[in-house]
Amino acid sequence: MAKAMTQKAAPGLGLDADLARKLLRDMLLIRRFEEKAAEAYALGKIGGFLHLSIGEEAVAAGATSVLRPDDYAISTYREHGHCLIKGSDPRRVMAELFGRVDGLSKGKGGSMHLFDKEHNFLGGHAIVGAHLPIAAGVGFAIKYRGGDQVVLCYFGDGAVPEGEFHEALNLAALWKLPVIWLCENNRYAMGTSLERALAQTEIWKFGETYGIPSEPVDGMDVLAVRAAVGRAVERARRDKTPALLEVRTYRFRGHSMRDPAGAVYRTKEEVEREKLRDPILLFRDRVLKPGVLSEDDVKKIEKDVNDLVDEAVAFADASPEPPASELFTDIFKESA
Amino acid sequence: MAVMTYREALNLALREELTRDPNVFVIGEEVGLYEGAYKVTQGLLKEFGPKRIVDTPIAESGFTGVGIGAAMVGLRPVVEMMTFNFALLALDQIVNSAAKLHYMSGGQYNVPLVIRGPGGPAHQLAAQHSQSMEVYFYHVPGLKVVRPSTPMDAKGLLKAAIRDDNPVIFIESETLYNVKGEVPEDPDFVIPLGQAVVRREGTDVTVVAYMGMMYRAMEAAEELAKDGISVEIVDPRSLQPLDTATIIGSVRKTHRAVVVEAGAGFAGMGSEIATEITEEAFDDLDAPVLRVTGAQAPMPYARNLERAKTPTKEKIADAIRRVCYANGSR
Ligand SMILES: Cc1ncc(C[n+]2csc(CCOP(=O)(O)OP(=O)(O)O)c2C)c(N)n1
Ligand SMILES: [Mg+2]
Repeated sequence: MAKAMTQKAAPGLGLDADLARKLLRDMLLIRRFEEKAAEAYALGKIGGFLHLSIGEEAVAAGATSVLRPDDYAISTYREHGHCLIKGSDPRRVMAELFGRVDGLSKGKGGSMHLFDKEHNFLGGHAIVGAHLPIAAGVGFAIKYRGGDQVVLCYFGDGAVPEGEFHEALNLAALWKLPVIWLCENNRYAMGTSLERALAQTEIWKFGETYGIPSEPVDGMDVLAVRAAVGRAVERARRDKTPALLEVRTYRFRGHSMRDPAGAVYRTKEEVEREKLRDPILLFRDRVLKPGVLSEDDVKKIEKDVNDLVDEAVAFADASPEPPASELFTDIFKESA
Repeated sequence: MAVMTYREALNLALREELTRDPNVFVIGEEVGLYEGAYKVTQGLLKEFGPKRIVDTPIAESGFTGVGIGAAMVGLRPVVEMMTFNFALLALDQIVNSAAKLHYMSGGQYNVPLVIRGPGGPAHQLAAQHSQSMEVYFYHVPGLKVVRPSTPMDAKGLLKAAIRDDNPVIFIESETLYNVKGEVPEDPDFVIPLGQAVVRREGTDVTVVAYMGMMYRAMEAAEELAKDGISVEIVDPRSLQPLDTATIIGSVRKTHRAVVVEAGAGFAGMGSEIATEITEEAFDDLDAPVLRVTGAQAPMPYARNLERAKTPTKEKIADAIRRVCYANGSR
């Protein structure tokens, strides 16, 4: 049940070299991918709104590491990492950001609307709070069919004051739906800090209101995220109980590329202080010190990730724009 | 054929589809134990159980979202809005999610969802409970919108809506639930969405009308027949997709058109249909298209004011006379 203290990783978790490699690789993939996306944005190859999750990589990496491929994930517009780690091809994700025909949605969704049916990634939703009831519906369908999958629903602290957060948590608790409510609390919704938005800033406590297991989690510690989501997933699979996890994290960049520094609503000092808890650096130290991975292992992971991301950019660059006819396809599904 | 009420026809359609496809379920406020605020779901809980007939708390956005999520992964929810006025609380779910997920995902995820319930003018239900709600939906690419006027259409179109792979807004009417008519009992009887029907054949003027307005137009047509005016009445049945071919075909024959709608006229369905006729068949028209619409005012409670708000048989007949005596040089 709920604990007032932030969870540390369970000691018996078993951090073998393979797991360490995977978690480090996943976090690095998100970071490099988004760094490259930021470059492409500056070059005008990506347009619109682009929201980076740099600083928050441990959440996607840790949470997804306990999911099965047939489990579902659904998210906000800050979802590149969630989608990539769920299994999407980085080339097709980058092509989607570029608005090209080889993108996941043929370039019709863009950065904020990544969908990948093959990997049960149910989207990229850009109306704050709106995908929470949808996640409950996916949980409803799992239960209706007697399946044992779970839905992992990521959302920001900005969704908590929305009515749909409360409607969805109530319905999932009332009907016992296998939904993991994962709040990525990065302490800001655009420029509005938690304190200026919520009467109750301990978001996990809303879980108590709805009578579901809930806890705060250190979102800069990938093993803590993995452990907490692991517990919630196991419970949801076994007895369909939803859970609310308040994963405390921090975005190092601005809200979007149009808020490059994010400097008017928070101090430089605050950002620098948070960067000392960079989840990738923390985890690298943690696996290097006891020798779970060697320097060479880490270098190899970095090189592999860099190559993968370079390849993704080249692929996106080479992919054509969608044909004009795509304007009018997919408005309705033609019945067979 | 059996004679039954509009309500019974809807109930039969639901029963048949629930029986045919285990992925179909009904969800909404008071649909189960209470058997529906308007008793459309009467007997369903007993027959299909609480797994298939799901009572919800009062949370329109929440349970509409549940329908969308369930539809995304393969179920076929029928979401009941107790009345369509309450769908405004779920408008974001309907417009930003249901209508757009197929497009935004490049065709990966579709949303086979029906949202149904009564809407439009009723009997002294006042401003918040008797609005013509279709206007909020037919503007949105990705939504289909149905307004069934007869028991037969109610059954055939609801079944088509449930079998459709896209979100369908299906707006019934409190005033029609007790209307009786012939309904095919064949469980495979389905009326495809997007097909208008000619309710009455005539030669002098085309009247386009649906739901309660269609019945008033029929009465007006009876009366005008005595004066030697032959009225053809086209009921679009689906507003999106709209069967413009049938409407235009009729106008090419009669050369005159009146469009009736219950809601306030500004930027309404009447405007759209009048524009389609003008763009497609201008050269066939002998007179400008006329609209008869609800007044540009909220629905008042008082009986006399309510009558003044909504097009009456007399107003419709008057417009038909005017369009018949007018000519293109007016
Ligand atoms: C319903 C709605 N209102 C406002 C917005 C504009 N908006 C986009 S992102 C955002 C902040 C959301 O913050 P949070 O949920 O904490 O997520 P984060 O960006 O921090 O990941 C706002 C207000 C929106 N997209 N949707
Ligand atoms: Mg936030």
